[in-house]
Amino acid sequence: MLSKLRTRLRSAGKKLLLSRNSNQRKHVRSAHFTYFPSERPNTIGETQKLNMYQAINHALTLALENDPRSVIFGEDVAFGGVFRCTMDLKKRFGANRVFNTPLCEQGIAGFGIGLANVGISAIAEIQFADYIFPAFDQLVNEAAKVRYRSGGTFDCGKLTVRAPCGAVGHGGLYHSQSPEAYFAHTPGLKIVVPRGAMHAKGLLLSCIDEPDPCIIFEPKILYRTAVDEVPLAHYKIEIGKAEVVRKGNTVTLVGWGTQVHVLLEVADLVQEKLNVSCEVIDLISILPWDAELVCKSARKTGRVIIAHEAPMTNGFGAEIAATVQAECFLYLEAPVQRVTGWDCPFPHIFEQFYLPDKWRCFAAVRDILKY
Amino acid sequence: MIAKKLLQGISRFRCVLWQVKQYTTITNEPQFLGINNVFTNNIQFINQESVLLHRGYPLLKFMNQCYGNCDDEGKGKQMPIHYGSKEFNFMTISSPLGTQLPQAAGAAYAFKLDKRNACVVCYFGEGAASEGDAHAAFNFAATLSCPIIFICRNNGYAISTPVFEQFKGDGIAAKGPAYGINTIRVDGNDVLAVYYATKNARDFCIKQQKPVLIEAMTYRIGHHSTSDDSTAYRSSDEIAQWNIQTPLAKFRFYLESLGLWCQEKEQELINSTKEEILHFFKEAEKKSKPYWKELFTDVYKEIPDHIRKQMNLMEKHLEEFKEYYPLNSFVHKK
Repeated sequence: MLSKLRTRLRSAGKKLLLSRNSNQRKHVRSAHFTYFPSERPNTIGETQKLNMYQAINHALTLALENDPRSVIFGEDVAFGGVFRCTMDLKKRFGANRVFNTPLCEQGIAGFGIGLANVGISAIAEIQFADYIFPAFDQLVNEAAKVRYRSGGTFDCGKLTVRAPCGAVGHGGLYHSQSPEAYFAHTPGLKIVVPRGAMHAKGLLLSCIDEPDPCIIFEPKILYRTAVDEVPLAHYKIEIGKAEVVRKGNTVTLVGWGTQVHVLLEVADLVQEKLNVSCEVIDLISILPWDAELVCKSARKTGRVIIAHEAPMTNGFGAEIAATVQAECFLYLEAPVQRVTGWDCPFPHIFEQFYLPDKWRCFAAVRDILKY
Repeated sequence: MIAKKLLQGISRFRCVLWQVKQYTTITNEPQFLGINNVFTNNIQFINQESVLLHRGYPLLKFMNQCYGNCDDEGKGKQMPIHYGSKEFNFMTISSPLGTQLPQAAGAAYAFKLDKRNACVVCYFGEGAASEGDAHAAFNFAATLSCPIIFICRNNGYAISTPVFEQFKGDGIAAKGPAYGINTIRVDGNDVLAVYYATKNARDFCIKQQKPVLIEAMTYRIGHHSTSDDSTAYRSSDEIAQWNIQTPLAKFRFYLESLGLWCQEKEQELINSTKEEILHFFKEAEKKSKPYWKELFTDVYKEIPDHIRKQMNLMEKHLEEFKEYYPLNSFVHKK
């Protein structure tokens, strides 16, 4: 009786702090997407099948190995982090370099800026992107502006902030948000979103090396579901560059993070049902973003749909739409469309009605073809 | 007398232990049995569900919220255990940590302006006390003389982070005097001690129109959530050591020494509570989820045009693609 009760409680409640026990995962509501593993990158050397939290752990290990003046800190990172990204790092590199902070996001960001100001690679974890807002002032008014306001005398380029973001099936208002657009409004920051394990490692290593402060939003639903062949060596994925994940010639679909997988499924569906090929672009980098690649594709297909989980109004899709229309106006067969979360807080029980899922994206493709 | 009064409340407190919770599987909440008896209904509570239980918020409503079903007063919008009730003066819980602390001070100031013979009670953990909002709340409450009782549950851990990594000073209580707040530290595992400390705090708070800080020292026996295994960061021995000192155990010994309680009554209570919980649990589970359009309500008082347009788009979409959405689990029309 009790175990039955417990089982039901699990499916009713959240499973956000992913447990070690994999057989518990069967109670998690099924994801709204199918994961498409990344292709093996063209790097020489060994690869290993890793999920995203393991790939991040690899990247962090390399960063700490390569630079003795680097530290990792945040809430609960010492025991491995609630998503297991920092597992065993304290044991290996010591409590001076991998440490818990008091529970205070503004403190985490501010402390990281200070470390970076004087040359330490500061890798900070904000436990959930939904809880990054107490750090908003530190990131937007401080991290982003240190270099500018000092005329280049000081900077905090050695700051990297990691934050789990996005829909997870049952996260409700405060464990599901995708706040990239708030930060994309801030000159001075760099923002990236990986779509899986391989990208997470390469992007994180880029962020750590980047001479400007970076935020990497990690879609938390991918920590375990995203398994790629990940190179074991140090490698980087360039910040500011998007990637054509699927070539096509009739409609360009642009997304980032988890949404890329939704769009890949949509491309298959469109091919099957409408016999039309879609080009799928993973934007990867939100700030700066690769307008050149997106516009090139837009000129080829003449139709662009942008999809993201965050609400529509002032979501990052608006920026892309405005640029595509300005740069490619005469090439467009139809107005640029956006399929996004609705202009509401992220709801708990209505998540399936809220997300820009494959059926909403499919309908948008069909409609843009009829325009 | 007090023991008897508290005893009446204990059956509902047993419920807490079986309640659908994902942040804590077992709580230290019986300490608040003491607190709840102190207050009358004209007091605003922020963030402590056992208060709701004690005040008579029906078990079914707790379950409805946890399931986010059509009878959930929060309309399925929040994750489980985010209760709220205007009827019982209980502000709806928000997940972000510490954010409601300064809000509570604001509400208390309003009580003072309105000359209500009342105070606000705001609960938080020793981890939340590290947030900048906690500093703002203490300082505002003190400088603006707000009738508020801050109750800190210092249970030793914020998820995995032990108190010695949370602060170096003498806990949360030591901060009170620095802000100019009258402060009590109490054994949070001693129901009667908590009762008297809170009673005094309330009398002082309302009479003097000034804040009070209570730090209730306790220990989180359970894991942080159903998906946390706390043995990854603390020993089973440590947990076992505290297990014999829970507020429930201590109070039970006390009641037994007075001849008011025995093993048989205990077992009876556990059984009946389990039964009661499972009954409402099943009832809430059976109910449909709210009408899907509730997704768009309560963003504003009235739905603005741009959101209404989105709602209409979704309606059209659902007509066409209904087989791909779990519409059968949701109420069909409002």
